[in-house]
Amino acid sequence: MKILVSVKRVIDYNVKVRVKSDQSAVDLTNVKMSMNPFCEIAVEEAIRLKEKGVASEVVVVSVGSKSCQETLRTAMALGADRAIQVEAEDGLDSLSVAKLIAKVAQEEAADLVIMGKQAIDSDNNQTGQMVAALLDYPQATFASEIVIENGEAQVTREIDGGLQTLAITLPAVVTTDLRLNEPRFASLPNIMKAKKKPLDVKTSADLGVEVGSNVSIVSVTPPPQRAGGIKVGSVAELVDKLKNEAKVVS
Amino acid sequence: MSVLIIAEHDNKSLKPATLNTVTAATQIDADVHVLVVGFECQTVVEQASQVAGVSKVLVADNAAYEHQLAENVSKLVVEIAGDYGHILAPATTTGKNTLPRVAALLNVAQLSDVIKVESADTFVRPIYAGNAIATVKTTDPVKVLTVRATGFDAAASTGGSAERQVLSQVIASDRSRFVKEQLAESDRPELTAANVIISGGRGMGNGDNFKLLEGIADKLGAAIGASRAAVDAGFVPNDLQVGQTGKTVAPDLYIAVGISGAIQHLAGMKDSKVIVAINKDEDAPIFQVADYGLVADLFDAVPELEKSL
Ligand SMILES: Cc1cc2nc3c(=O)[nH]c(=O)nc-3n(C[C@H](O)[C@H](O)[C@H](O)COP(=O)(O)OP(=O)(O)OC[C@H]3O[C@@H](n4cnc5c(N)ncnc54)[C@H](O)[C@@H]3O)c2cc1C
Ligand SMILES: Nc1ncnc2c1ncn2[C@@H]1O[C@H](COP(=O)(O)O)[C@@H](O)[C@H]1O
Repeated sequence: MKILVSVKRVIDYNVKVRVKSDQSAVDLTNVKMSMNPFCEIAVEEAIRLKEKGVASEVVVVSVGSKSCQETLRTAMALGADRAIQVEAEDGLDSLSVAKLIAKVAQEEAADLVIMGKQAIDSDNNQTGQMVAALLDYPQATFASEIVIENGEAQVTREIDGGLQTLAITLPAVVTTDLRLNEPRFASLPNIMKAKKKPLDVKTSADLGVEVGSNVSIVSVTPPPQRAGGIKVGSVAELVDKLKNEAKVVS
Repeated sequence: MSVLIIAEHDNKSLKPATLNTVTAATQIDADVHVLVVGFECQTVVEQASQVAGVSKVLVADNAAYEHQLAENVSKLVVEIAGDYGHILAPATTTGKNTLPRVAALLNVAQLSDVIKVESADTFVRPIYAGNAIATVKTTDPVKVLTVRATGFDAAASTGGSAERQVLSQVIASDRSRFVKEQLAESDRPELTAANVIISGGRGMGNGDNFKLLEGIADKLGAAIGASRAAVDAGFVPNDLQVGQTGKTVAPDLYIAVGISGAIQHLAGMKDSKVIVAINKDEDAPIFQVADYGLVADLFDAVPELEKSL
């Protein structure tokens, strides 16, 4: 079984985000970038499936400028066998990214596509579902457990009301939630080895995919700040404030 | 052109997030239709027909739709999409599961988690865990959006009298099969619809200690929430997680107990009207957003708070 994993290079989750003064975008100059945490979980799951003998090959793909090669190298250091960079401007819209990933999945004849549920920059939570729709594959989003058996994936999903288990026929798309696994760290020898693993570069033209979107950004602004509050000295004072000042408790 | 909303429901009742989505829809166009896809969901249809501002309820009631699987529901929506300029769903796990498929099949974008309607083609949505707010304009022929409930008031659940239309097409989902569900049973209000929420974090120490919050929740009619760390540690189930990648809430009162206030947690609750934080670390970032901060050991403060309410 071949697994395709998509990985996105995003602002590190610990970085404090700043909006550019011309309100055009978030300022990404000189900020730490990392693999999207949900994609780390996706890579980890694919590697575990390979270690269990369920998968034979793990291919990683990223859509973006040259810098995303770094993210692909990280994925290979974690255990992915090879990588594909689809060259594109960073910040391409989800539907275009989905079309490119769908095409790669088809060319690779991947049996399972594992993606993050959400990129922590755009917070879109949609690319995986779009890939599945474009390929007419079944999907299991927000996975907290994946069991592969008899050409099917049994996937437990984190939903608003609790947990749901679906059985989907392969080929299929699964998107990861936080509790699926705890990603490992790359060891130094594996980081060295990853430098020699194959990394192909493709363009949207190579894939025969037209990219572009009808959505434009009007502005990006900082969120409204909350006015600072106060510290109370005791539970009694807290209750008094809630009753008589905020009037949220009767 | 009319707006279509995919109703959020469990075949028994219409979920409140649908009402907030109706308000968003009425800000786009006066003609709002609601699609109820499910199985033996007649009570949902009744409820949807009474929502103020809804002119038509479309019903697809068939065993094939019992679990609202994304594969066939999206195809059904696409079949009727031609009549609509906008297709909306609440930004719940169900809406987020299905709507991107609808958008991709229509070859248009999806705008996620819309919190404000500027006009029929311009919308506001948070990005980067709410640390930036994007205003975006789309010229797509059909605009597909998920709506964040906290951004809009709920429409009145009564006062309307929508006409009904039955959709008879049955689309099978032969490669995706429902196996089972473990749903949380609780007499408390739903997290995303509660007026008061008390949430616990890693500081709670273990799952048993969440009982300390229950006494307060009982007195205030509150829902109980949690941070990711509390869920990851197995103190409480995943459906209690509030945050960037969990639920977004904006109650009148949010009480954070033993929660440090990471940006990913704040993303899910910082629009609450009044925020209370109880934490023994006076430098915890949660105090920067709290209206009332109490620096104390929660094991002293929480029982005392329960007694004083
Ligand atoms: C991709 C990604 C997505 C995420 N999504 C979410 C999300 O949706 N929601 C979310 O919450 N987090 C999310 N996180 C995690 C987030 O970054 C934090 O790790 C998490 O919120 C921390 O939870 P906590 O505040 O309970 O734990 P901690 O940060 O460990 O804080 C515990 C707090 O309890 C206090 N405390 C301890 N003992 C006591 C006591 N006896 N009395 C009083 N106070 C006490 C401590 O002072 C401390 O401030 C996400 C992270 C990533 C990378
Ligand atoms: N540019 C990209 N390159 C590779 N994968 C991506 C890209 N954008 C999104 N994805 C994948 O889609 C998932 C969901 O992203 P999103 O829908 O943007 O929130 C991410 O976790 C990635 O796995």
